[in-house]
Amino acid sequence: MENKAKSACDTCTHFNADGIKKLGVKTDDFDFVVAFAGNPNTGKSTVFNALTGLRQHTGNWPGKTVIRAEGAFEYNEQKFKLVDLPGTYSLLSTSEDEEVARNFILFGKPTVTVIVVDASRLERNLNLVLQILEITNNAVLCLNLIDEAERNNIKIDIRILAKDLGIPVVPTSARFQKGIPELIQTISELANGKILCKPRRIKNIPQNIENSVKELSDKLEKEYPNILNSRWIAIRLLEGDTQIIEALKTGKIATNEY
Amino acid sequence: MNTKNTDDIIALSEELRWKIGDDFHDNLAESIYSDASKIVEDVVSKGDKKSKFRLDAKIDNIVTSRIWGFPIMLFILGFVLWLTIIGANYPSSMLASLLLDNIHPILKIFGTSVGFPWWLNGFLFDGVYLAVAWVVAVMLPPMAIFFPLFTLLEDFGYLPRVAFNMDNLFKKAGAHGKQALTMSMGFGCNAAGVVATRIIDSPRERLIAIITNNFSLCNGRWPTQILLATIFIGAVVPASYSSFASLLAVVGIAVLGIFFMFFFSWALSKTVLKGEVSTFNLELPPYRPPVFWKTIYTSLIDRTLIVLWRAVVFAAPAGALIWLISNIFIGDQSIASWTVHSLDGFGFLLGLNGVILLAYIVAIPANEIVIPTILMLTVMVTGVSGGAGNGVMFELDSVTATANILKSGGWTLLTAVNVMLFSLLHNPCSTTIYTIYKETNNLKWTVVASILPVIAGFIITFLVTQIWRIFI
Repeated sequence: MENKAKSACDTCTHFNADGIKKLGVKTDDFDFVVAFAGNPNTGKSTVFNALTGLRQHTGNWPGKTVIRAEGAFEYNEQKFKLVDLPGTYSLLSTSEDEEVARNFILFGKPTVTVIVVDASRLERNLNLVLQILEITNNAVLCLNLIDEAERNNIKIDIRILAKDLGIPVVPTSARFQKGIPELIQTISELANGKILCKPRRIKNIPQNIENSVKELSDKLEKEYPNILNSRWIAIRLLEGDTQIIEALKTGKIATNEY
Repeated sequence: MNTKNTDDIIALSEELRWKIGDDFHDNLAESIYSDASKIVEDVVSKGDKKSKFRLDAKIDNIVTSRIWGFPIMLFILGFVLWLTIIGANYPSSMLASLLLDNIHPILKIFGTSVGFPWWLNGFLFDGVYLAVAWVVAVMLPPMAIFFPLFTLLEDFGYLPRVAFNMDNLFKKAGAHGKQALTMSMGFGCNAAGVVATRIIDSPRERLIAIITNNFSLCNGRWPTQILLATIFIGAVVPASYSSFASLLAVVGIAVLGIFFMFFFSWALSKTVLKGEVSTFNLELPPYRPPVFWKTIYTSLIDRTLIVLWRAVVFAAPAGALIWLISNIFIGDQSIASWTVHSLDGFGFLLGLNGVILLAYIVAIPANEIVIPTILMLTVMVTGVSGGAGNGVMFELDSVTATANILKSGGWTLLTAVNVMLFSLLHNPCSTTIYTIYKETNNLKWTVVASILPVIAGFIITFLVTQIWRIFI
């Protein structure tokens, strides 16, 4: 990686605690949209509550969030609208919650995507992270439940993780309000282009698939020069995703302004 | 944009899809996994100490074991209910004496002093206010205990274990294992349980979960069960065992509800909702010590107050309606007593009476007001002295006063048992019905979900009554 993405540490200015206002459900007139994605049971809703000041019910069972929740906060006079997506393990299947999450990240055009993961179960969670990084360029990894991981003697090298993924990584323990200011600061810097991501793309794909994906994505880029996730769209086309095919036909894909 | 180029791209994708073959999806998933494991290799280091995982596994071995799983579930349910029954008594009677003995007379005097006509005074303070006050006094304390306890269990991570224990039974009933979670949510509120069925992907299994959710005894019905069990079931055993006997009766009703839920899930999946049982992975999340005060706070705000508010909102017009039908006369009878008498015959067959049936009609908006309605109507029909007039709820600051009214209304142990059964097996409240309609978007299934439990209730109470009358 030549053009190293700046990690959160590199750009850390002192967090402006006075600049934060939690707006609850007042989601009108926002400047940026922030999507919350992650595996079930990683405390996504707890992080969401911590940022918005909302107290939507959280529960220790997978699949708790059944409705797409929205909230907002204001930081340094900019309004961020937050969308809590249903927790999923992947974005590749046809189940309803995965479709909601996948389509929102692709078509909802969030300025920033916060990917909440369980620090103790990083490997399994990365499955989803790598998929999301194919879709969007502007993301932050929220390494939640870091207190549990520490108790279990799991050590995570956050700088190397940020470097490998090409996005900032913020360790949090949302239940105890730890790491939340840093997360807000990072979201704000991402939204304002102060941190540039260079997200990792999936490697080790068998050569014949890689070639097909390349062929297709080249053609997509030629047709739609401003497309940023041609590779993901190529993958979805090869998968036969009818909504992507539909979006191609209606030209919805071309109007993406990332 | 050029349509031809787009078509070309789609055509190319189809051609390539053919070329790369069926294992595309698997190969892709594999690449992602190997990528993930490579990153983790560089980034994560694990210490040797794994004590917490081992503790989690140990707890799971016990709470999900074949032998101990179900007894522990029953014990936890019983313990939560026991705390609710014991703990709710004192604040309940304090609230009742405050709202009914102290504030109500003041309101009446105030009404008279500012010159309200008798009917407005009665309508507002004997109708609306008393109904609301009753709901607050009887419901707030048990809810304020039951909901936080339930939420603590949920935060701790016990619910997925319940789902795990019951998965096999659900599978045998032809339903989805996640229905255990929606069923548990139904113990708090059926409308919430119905919304929670969204976690079930298959439409067939989701419908089963929606239709049978009403068999989870909801919060509005717990107080009815607890009160009747205390008065009637507790009384048939020696005093030292009475609270234990009432507890057993309430747990028994809840378990019976679960039994009916399985029965109807099975019946539906064998008849109109036939199909394969879908498999799923249920992740057992780690046990997490709940953030105690925060959980108490959010469950009070999110659940208790919202449910209470709903009860109040519905209790007020219901109180008004009760007062009206008791005070509007057709010929020499009020509408209420006319209806009660015409329902009496059918009620007798079911071991109930006209008052109870009318109360269940009035209480369709909210189960919470069944008991106050019954009391009020009983007072009106039997003319027990002590009330402040037609359609005025009693000042029920003690369980004994409630017991006396019910007994004067001809209640026996059989009546109480049947009301407990009917409280479990009757139509969902109007909020739940509306939620079912919104979630299914289908009138037919909404009707099925609403009618099915009532029919079950009629059949069960009828059978119990006939058998009881033959043998006892």
